[in-house]
Amino acid sequence: MQSADSLFHALADPTRRGLLEHLMAGGEANVAALTRVAGVSQPAVSKHLAVLKLAGLVNDRPDGRQTHYSAAPEALRPLRDWVQTYTAFWDLHLDRLADTLNRMDQ
Amino acid sequence: MSDTRSVEFERNLPHPAAKVWRALTEPHLMADWLMSTDFEPKLGHRFKLKADWGEVSCKVVELDPPHRLAYSWDAMGLESTVIWTLTPSGEQTMLRMVQTGFQPDQARAFAGAKVGWTRFLDNLDRLMTTFD
Repeated sequence: MQSADSLFHALADPTRRGLLEHLMAGGEANVAALTRVAGVSQPAVSKHLAVLKLAGLVNDRPDGRQTHYSAAPEALRPLRDWVQTYTAFWDLHLDRLADTLNRMDQ
Repeated sequence: MSDTRSVEFERNLPHPAAKVWRALTEPHLMADWLMSTDFEPKLGHRFKLKADWGEVSCKVVELDPPHRLAYSWDAMGLESTVIWTLTPSGEQTMLRMVQTGFQPDQARAFAGAKVGWTRFLDNLDRLMTTFD
């Protein structure tokens, strides 16, 4: 529950969605490279990356004075599984509804 | 791709609409097929659905007995809406259930944003397959 909450919060911001998309499409990048594509300041990019990291959406790899960021798309699973989860859920519960109706008085 | 975040079911039930409506709105009957709840058939009423795996926070947003019922459905940090539509046909009822996820309402909320929800979700499956 906690992770889905922070996931949704992390993705609520369009700049963060953009950063994540960029990392998913382009592999590893450092803050300077991400700042060039984000259109916001480097400190702002760092803050956004921290939120994405907290939600498990990006990994960071320190390398000397640089930090390289990469996407961790498996953290997106709750979004991807949403339809599957609820399709199974309602299929089961609508069967139960039919049973309930059969047992009810008119 | 506009319906990638919705789930739809239709069931033809051999019961009159009034009876199906009762099953959808009376807490002791809802507990039998869905989850235990403090639901009340009042517009704006906030209620919980509780199961052993957790709970869902809901609010009645549409109420038109015995035709249409809708409530918000907030679980695991993801908000959606569940809409029930009953269409009587003699002694039978066509029951339609639609659950729409955080699209399109929340996509609209971010309209004009650099990377909108719609584009992000449309790209999601394609992007993720490159990592599988």
